[in-house]
Amino acid sequence: MTTSQALPQALAEIVNDFQELEESDRLTLLLEFSRSLPALPERLTSHPELLEQVVECQSPLFLTVEAEKTDHGDVVRLFFQAPPEAPTTRGFASVLFEGLDGLTAEEILAVPDDMPEQLGLTRAISPLRMRGMSAMLGRVKRKIAGGLRPAA
Amino acid sequence: MPVAVEKNEKFASYAHPERLVSTEWLAKALADGATKDGSLVVVESDEDVLLYETGHIPGSVKVDWHTDLNDDVARDYIDGAAFARLAAAKGISRDTTVVVYGDKSNWWAAYALWVFTLFGHQDVRLLDGGRDKWIAEGRELTTERTAVTPAAGYPVVERNDAPIRAYKEDVLAHLGKPLIDVRSPEEYSGERTHMAAYPQEGTLRGGHIPTAASIPWGRAADTDGTYRSREELEALYLGEAGLKAGDDVVAYCRIGERSSHTWFALKYLLGFETVRNYDGSWTEWGNSVRVPITKGTERGELPSAN
Repeated sequence: MTTSQALPQALAEIVNDFQELEESDRLTLLLEFSRSLPALPERLTSHPELLEQVVECQSPLFLTVEAEKTDHGDVVRLFFQAPPEAPTTRGFASVLFEGLDGLTAEEILAVPDDMPEQLGLTRAISPLRMRGMSAMLGRVKRKIAGGLRPAA
Repeated sequence: MPVAVEKNEKFASYAHPERLVSTEWLAKALADGATKDGSLVVVESDEDVLLYETGHIPGSVKVDWHTDLNDDVARDYIDGAAFARLAAAKGISRDTTVVVYGDKSNWWAAYALWVFTLFGHQDVRLLDGGRDKWIAEGRELTTERTAVTPAAGYPVVERNDAPIRAYKEDVLAHLGKPLIDVRSPEEYSGERTHMAAYPQEGTLRGGHIPTAASIPWGRAADTDGTYRSREELEALYLGEAGLKAGDDVVAYCRIGERSSHTWFALKYLLGFETVRNYDGSWTEWGNSVRVPITKGTERGELPSAN
């Protein structure tokens, strides 16, 4: 298990934002994140088979990762889909999206597995729900480790 | 002061019509200002801890099944003192009419109602059809924070579990009497130990409690999330499950929430006097040492004397 290493900058800033808040305000921040989760591009909404379901999450969450070539080398693009009735799940997906999208595979794989706990939400949302959220990061990392599919 | 009970044809056929309200009834009660004087408090209870915040019935308050109702140290519900604090903070007095609603055909709402009942809160009702029906009918939702006037006080009531809650030992002693397993057919047969797409809660063995009838909880709900008619419920529980009037029944699921929905149907809609919800459910039973289980789709036999 990877733990307690430095986080990529964008993710570190998000974690800081959460930690600076009181517990109940952290939930409000998570709600704000849930609202900013971008919709899937059409090429993915019309090909749901390209998305993988994270079964550990309480509500249906689908995700996929893609490699994208840029001037600075290959980066990973993340895509998440969760229904509006699952704001907690959407919020976590959105945190991962904002914190990790566009990083390299190495950078994402180096994110500590206990990063979700660092948001300080475990008590506010309950350990049971937190487990699904931690599983989301695990799934992103496993998918990357398993080989990236180039953007269609 | 409790609020007057709703009277309509569907509810009248149930054993305890006073335990349900319709969306029309609630909309009118809200318009009449019933929540303004503390006589009525509307409680939303959902699976997702943030769903209430995305939009809720105007004037309603949130009670979360996990963070509000469970003790975070003991594997139990909160105690009387904590419940009194929770209720008062939500503006609920002992004589307040509480109407609970939630997502997923009131699955979690029924669970919250069951916990309120452990504390003997007299007048607690379910909004038939719950959150989804309210939304489907285009009724008002708001993200405005509800300004709660805390209740002057709520008595510290010692929880009385025995009438409606079964512990593992109670279920062992109950074997031979009717049990309803409300999980999915795959969980019942043991093919799976958790719901499809839900977190694995670490149950080691798959199967069901010997002799339990399989009636997945959702079958008690119609497509709009309301409870099915008395006739349909009777076909399900008296017909299919084989319950008889006067039976002592235990319902269980995986952690006791889906079975609260069935408990409500058996207790208040069909009028079984003795119905208990086994909240330890499969998460406890499936992991316990030396308790009998049955695998497969058959109800199975009771183990011979041990």
